[in-house]
Amino acid sequence: MNVSERPLTAMIGLPDGPPDCAAYGRAGGWQAVRRALRDMTPEAVIETVTASKLRGRGGAGFGTGQKWSFVPRDPPATRRKYLVANADEMEPGTFKDRLLLEGNPLQLVEGMIIAGYAIQAGHGVIFLRGEYHLALARLNHAIAEARQVGWLGENILGSGFGFEIHVHASGGRYICGEETALLTALEGRRAQPRSKPPFPQVGGLWGAPSVVNNVETLCNLPHIVANGAEWFLSLGLGPDSGTKIYGVSGRVRRPGAWELPMGTPLREIVEHHAGGMRDGYRLRAFLPGGASTAFLDAGQVDVAMEYGAVEKAGSRLGTGLAILLDDRTCPVGMLHNLEHFFAQESCGWCTPCRDGLPWVERLLDAIESGTGEPEDLDRLHDHARLLGPMGRTFCAHAPGAMAPLASGLKLFREEFDAHIRQRACPLRETA
Amino acid sequence: MSTADTLLPPDLRAQITELARAEHRPRAASVSALTLVQAHFGWVSDAHLAETASLLGMSPADLDGIATYFNLIFRRPVGRHVIMLCDSVSCWIMGRDAVCARLQARLGIRPGETTADGAVTLLPIVCLGHCDHAPAMLVDHTLHGDLDAETAEHLADTLRQAAP
Repeated sequence: MNVSERPLTAMIGLPDGPPDCAAYGRAGGWQAVRRALRDMTPEAVIETVTASKLRGRGGAGFGTGQKWSFVPRDPPATRRKYLVANADEMEPGTFKDRLLLEGNPLQLVEGMIIAGYAIQAGHGVIFLRGEYHLALARLNHAIAEARQVGWLGENILGSGFGFEIHVHASGGRYICGEETALLTALEGRRAQPRSKPPFPQVGGLWGAPSVVNNVETLCNLPHIVANGAEWFLSLGLGPDSGTKIYGVSGRVRRPGAWELPMGTPLREIVEHHAGGMRDGYRLRAFLPGGASTAFLDAGQVDVAMEYGAVEKAGSRLGTGLAILLDDRTCPVGMLHNLEHFFAQESCGWCTPCRDGLPWVERLLDAIESGTGEPEDLDRLHDHARLLGPMGRTFCAHAPGAMAPLASGLKLFREEFDAHIRQRACPLRETA
Repeated sequence: MSTADTLLPPDLRAQITELARAEHRPRAASVSALTLVQAHFGWVSDAHLAETASLLGMSPADLDGIATYFNLIFRRPVGRHVIMLCDSVSCWIMGRDAVCARLQARLGIRPGETTADGAVTLLPIVCLGHCDHAPAMLVDHTLHGDLDAETAEHLADTLRQAAP
């Protein structure tokens, strides 16, 4: 495969570890930041990124250029603004940002300088998972070197634009991945989501205009600016542009993550890249992009992994890293595990989420352990409806939790009934 | 541990003050200050929490609200080593329950507890982003993957044999 076809990971996995500033430059790095700061206005950078149709890689898929366009341009540069990299990778089954952070931290640094320049923010913050110790060490090392060489600090390349990056290691809560909760955590408060408006682009960190972008999103920027929007558009197989870091976990021969053209069918990722299911296991269903995406059936494995196609199939692309359920793993047990996670990670702010999710967890626990009643299924359906995507909760946490539940109740109806009828998990012996 | 009545050492106080000074508002340093205290003592005692709060210009209750909100700040003593075994979905599919059962049996503790010799605390943790090597666990700052009951047990034994 041509290196230009996997721009994000071309410098990752080298025998000497992540490149330093000089090696990064020799391999094509810093071209984009030179071009942006010397030859382009901030507006031109935003136009290029908008034209590239780059969409957020953190799960929501919002247009990056559009997101930036809401940052007030007036008054200009003198105003305090923030560019925040969301490196709080905590969606169960997702392991792409860690790859980018550990593998090539300078790529993120360059992407952040470009994004900071585009929105005219002088302050960059990386909100990093506290558990990512190796990433923390490598980021701090990369940032210190970039500062020493002059890629960070005052008046970068004599452009008049100055930019600093600070790393915040999180204390650990899933909800910090939600951008307003993340900003609240950065202000030293319990990380509860904020009501919108104001949107962060207008009133974010400390009330200042702030943009929060996912790590993978930011890492795409140097390549878009260096090679142009047309090039980026040509990388995708379907309507979505660029490449994507896809991944597979579960009972496949070679679980892993691979940078592939946007829109690659999941079947190709599972069968070709992950080596197919292990002997003795068949694919039963899958979560296409993390714990908060709806289950799709094994028969839908040909779905193109792009925003629109996965949505049409009944789920979301999410983070693009699929979790596979095999035919020897109990779907009720898997849902119990997922809802335990969501119940634990509810911030507790709004009642439906705080009280509803533990209730769902207890119902699933009862069914899984053989004490469930037929009415319990009605209660689960009620929750899937009431906590679902209709805006009865303060943020998207509970609706995310209901996505696998609502789809699972339909898809695994027989398994649910068998648990209640047999008063035990039918798969317990083979598990 | 008998650190509850000890004052924070001067260099730690200086570091916390510096963290607070570098932030837009001192309270923004809450998590990083608590993390520093924990790196030194292993956990955050009531006395250390109160002292840290005063350095950040906050009430102890305010800071405790933050300390107890986050998964990685310990408000009770832990062992010299902390095992965080992932309990999220990919590791569950790949057999983390069997790994946990073996660790519990070998260490004689349940998740949330510390061995009587003070060597090891066992905790569950949310997805560690190591799903392609599930089941995974974090031992102190080191990530271990592709675990089974035997390899996890061996790692636990190594921790207990290591000098305090």
